Amino acid sequence: MTTAALPFDLTEDSHADYLRAQSGVRSWLNTRDHKRIALMFLGAVNLSLLLGGVFALLVRLELLTPERTLMSASTYNRMFTLHGIVMVFMFMIPSIPTVFGNFLLPLMLGAKDVAFPRLNLASFYVYVFGSVLTLWSMIAGGADMGWTFYAPYSTTSPAAVAPVGLGVFVLGLSSIMTGLNFIVTVHTMRAKNLRWHKMPLFVWSIYATSIIQVLATPVLGMSLLLVAVDRLFQLGIFDPTLGGDPVLFQHLFWFYSHPAVYIMILPAMGVISEVVCTFSHRPPASYRAIAYSSLGIAFVGFLTWGHHMFVAGISVLDSGLFGILSMFVAIFSAIKVLTWTATLRRGSISFETPMLYFFWFLFLFVFGGMTGVAVATSSLDVHWHDTYFVVAHFHFIMVGGTLTAYLGALHYWFPKLFGRCYSERWGMVSSITVFTGFFFTFMPQFLLGNAGMPRRYYSYPEQYQWLNVLSTAGASILTAGLVSTVVYLAVALARGPRASQNPWSSRSYEWLSASPPPQHNFLEQPDFERSPYDYHLPEPSAPGAAPHASEPAHSPGE
Amino acid sequence: MAHEPAEHFENLAQQERASHLGMWLFLTSEVLLFGALFALYTGYRLEYPQDFSQAVHHNNIAIGTINTAILVTSSFSAAWAVHSARAGSRRGILGSLGITLLLGLVFLVLKGIEYKQHFDAGVFPGAFYRSEELPTHGANLFFTLYFFITGLHALHVIGGLTALTILGVFAARRHYSPENHTPLELGVLYWHLVDVIWIFVWPLMYLQK
Amino acid sequence: MNEILRRILFLPPQSSTIAPQIDALHYAVILTTMAGSALVALAALVFVIRYRHRPATPIPLAPDPATERGTRRVEVAGASLLLGLFVLFWVIGFRQFVQLESPPANALTIQVTAKQWMWTFAYPNGRGSKGVLYVPAGRPVRLSMTSRDVIHSFYVPEFRVKKDVLPGRTTELWFEAREPGNSSVYCAEYCGEGHSTMRARVVALNDADYALAIERLPPLELDLPGPVYREPALAGIAPPERLSLAQMGERVATEKGCMRCHTVDGTPHIGPTWLGMFGSLVPLSNGRQTVADAAYLTDSMMDPRALIHRGYAPVMPSYQGLLSAPETGAILEYLRALARPPATTVNAAEQAPLVPADAPPIRLPNELQAADAGAAQETP
Repeated sequence: MTTAALPFDLTEDSHADYLRAQSGVRSWLNTRDHKRIALMFLGAVNLSLLLGGVFALLVRLELLTPERTLMSASTYNRMFTLHGIVMVFMFMIPSIPTVFGNFLLPLMLGAKDVAFPRLNLASFYVYVFGSVLTLWSMIAGGADMGWTFYAPYSTTSPAAVAPVGLGVFVLGLSSIMTGLNFIVTVHTMRAKNLRWHKMPLFVWSIYATSIIQVLATPVLGMSLLLVAVDRLFQLGIFDPTLGGDPVLFQHLFWFYSHPAVYIMILPAMGVISEVVCTFSHRPPASYRAIAYSSLGIAFVGFLTWGHHMFVAGISVLDSGLFGILSMFVAIFSAIKVLTWTATLRRGSISFETPMLYFFWFLFLFVFGGMTGVAVATSSLDVHWHDTYFVVAHFHFIMVGGTLTAYLGALHYWFPKLFGRCYSERWGMVSSITVFTGFFFTFMPQFLLGNAGMPRRYYSYPEQYQWLNVLSTAGASILTAGLVSTVVYLAVALARGPRASQNPWSSRSYEWLSASPPPQHNFLEQPDFERSPYDYHLPEPSAPGAAPHASEPAHSPGE
Repeated sequence: MAHEPAEHFENLAQQERASHLGMWLFLTSEVLLFGALFALYTGYRLEYPQDFSQAVHHNNIAIGTINTAILVTSSFSAAWAVHSARAGSRRGILGSLGITLLLGLVFLVLKGIEYKQHFDAGVFPGAFYRSEELPTHGANLFFTLYFFITGLHALHVIGGLTALTILGVFAARRHYSPENHTPLELGVLYWHLVDVIWIFVWPLMYLQK
Repeated sequence: MNEILRRILFLPPQSSTIAPQIDALHYAVILTTMAGSALVALAALVFVIRYRHRPATPIPLAPDPATERGTRRVEVAGASLLLGLFVLFWVIGFRQFVQLESPPANALTIQVTAKQWMWTFAYPNGRGSKGVLYVPAGRPVRLSMTSRDVIHSFYVPEFRVKKDVLPGRTTELWFEAREPGNSSVYCAEYCGEGHSTMRARVVALNDADYALAIERLPPLELDLPGPVYREPALAGIAPPERLSLAQMGERVATEKGCMRCHTVDGTPHIGPTWLGMFGSLVPLSNGRQTVADAAYLTDSMMDPRALIHRGYAPVMPSYQGLLSAPETGAILEYLRALARPPATTVNAAEQAPLVPADAPPIRLPNELQAADAGAAQETP
């Protein structure tokens, strides 16, 4: 795959930015340019987000009343299943790595592209194929086993489970391809002079994520393949009537799916590390603490899966071990939070939309993470397990953490991606709306869980109603915030003012390239001798930098 | 063409480093793919120790051992292909790849004979299990895993053989030189993985006290 | 204080003996969570204001090693403090968890069967109920649970207990209701279309009411057809025989041929004797030992050759599919009864009568009658 020439046609204007260097649909669909692939992923994962969001809204609307509101129980079960599957496997896992990782990794490493550009493009098409296969189950009667595929329900349910199992297997393949590509890129494609400890922190987090992707995804793939094959050929490997053990499935499933949580949150942490340094205009309080804690999370994250199974009938000893290991993994996140907060200190903080998202992230992630410690406390988990408390907890991490960081990343790198500026005022207003909506959607769910409402309930006792109504109201505010974000970003794309090369006065390497970057990333190789966080030194004049780039950041919306 | 690095690489050495690392990572994820199945095997073996050891005895140890020998030999012949490439001997490459392919095919044929023996004895995977000799849940699970693991392995053998065939065609067309034969190296590396996995399957499925 | 926090946090009443302890830890953990996130947010807010960008101020100073070291020290201290706190949570939580997993020896055992989408309960006196679980207040109750189809989970929020109910094996859960009263049972593991309707109630009664309540229940309806339990030949002639669950187990065992190989008088036969087996330490052919608890014995019925009693040939056939879940439960109860020395062999129903024969009739709480009506409705 590496011997063939790339389709970088040298007759084209190689000084033009990557968006305009070539034109026509084919130049996109057949591109090997990591930046264009990143944009195609951006479109695809946003579509997934939209889809998953619609399912979520339908679920929330159904829960407005204790009995039937809109749909039947079996439709409801298909809705929450699809919501989980689409959000986890088609949005959360690929989102930040495939979009921002793809776009930025080569820029941050001073490379022309990722190590295997064709594999990168293949990964996109495999993603599309996996998504189509997954969604095909909707037409084929819908799948209703929940995103966790617990056997023997998943192997006996009358619904179309097999296409989803195979679809997620294929999506996993795409995830492995991306991870593999990134690891090799970080190892072999760094610019001369760019040492490991000078890589931007975002690279470290993507690197740690990729390790988990390569090591854990095959195990999930195999478990789901077994479920799918079981359905197609009555394999019975998890079927108790043939002597199978459904709890073994849970072990295999969580061996992947717990680390998968870190696949989803580590890139978000990387984004946050970049945003906080750029907007505080100072280096991270401790570079190594952030970099190494990513690796720590990636490693210890593999040893905590059993905390999903405290009430599943595993031994008391196992519960104890998994409990204490889960406490250790929490410490790495705590180190990160302390470092981010300490980074603000003695900084020179400019407060713009990405920084607002950083702020939300900090609060929501700490709350979500601490409730994670709470549910890892085994005796408390007995009450909370499979209730709305757990739902609220992981939505605080997944939505409050990852989605918030994703939006932050989108705003932070928007000028780099598209060379346009969005309206700062709309950015702030929408960000506040998103946070408010989020808070009212999920805070009541903690209380619902405390009160004992189990998750995946279609109907519920009446005492839970008003909290559910509150949650649904919050969800509609959240929707409004997201819709307005889409609108003003679309407007910015079409008519936004041109962005300068480095609108936030960042020192990170990706800003040394033009906005949007030229096809080969750098017209002239910049100096990677200096640190990406050397805010105490005068801003370097990057090759080809716009003359006004050294001015303090001003967004045209102001 | 092979002497020029792809455009996004600085030089050939970087490209080779990248290809090797990529291959190793791919092999790692393959190992974990089988690792999940071995973990499942371990779990069920702990639950059904008796049944498993009886079921292992049912397997044809002769075929299993011959197949092991065949794969190990084929790994040597595959390695010889790389050696020949380094020495610049095109005939050496083609000859050793030919032997490797032949051994791989013999392996598959023997595997087929073994499956036939199982089917004749009513040993099918999953719900189709009909064995009267070993009517236990544990044995049923053992053979389900046996078919799944060896079947998946056989698919890898077929994949490996396909890759080696293609590499053979390229070698015949003089694509590889003593300085540059990375694809051949990577293909052979993959073939070694197929061998190594079998080295794990062999004791689990055939050798028991 | 307890009551205020409980209400603020929307926790249900603390109806079991262990609930107040668990809630105490709950308060500590949740208050720490709130304080922690508020503290971080506050610190961030203060920094953002205090160190906001001012056009006049020059771009930040060069990193100063002394300050950096100070920051690092604060961070290390903070992280260590948190680790200590988390480990403390774990220690307390794990101790409570061990308690939740260890039913007291004198617990009353009730067999629970889950299926899509219904809970069935079998009492030691051979009576059964659907959708309503009667338990005596102030006495530990152990539920021995199994599922007939997919995984379910037995959850009583008011008791702070939950345990998955698995097909093909037995799991246990115990609690002690503090006072007479009602609590809700939910299925907490997603089990299909009727998942959210798979609810039931726990009705805790004082001893006398409990005894009366389970007497008034219909005899256990086992799902398999067969004359074993109902003695149809005698129906209408003799008063229906009152069988305890253990006695039913004895009959099932006879009917299914268990007694051809097992004895109940202590002499080994083709299989080991059942007398004194339950709860004993069984030597295995693989050199290990295991406690003959409900889980092991269930496995031994369903997959007898997995773990062989040392000294016996692996000849027992599997009873998977031949014994229904209630029948398995009944045999287990029989084995449990055989575990004790004959002098003290008692069944809960045969224990010193909870209601003296000449006692005046007890008026059942209206609650209970309503519950009965509900149960009758839920039973198709």
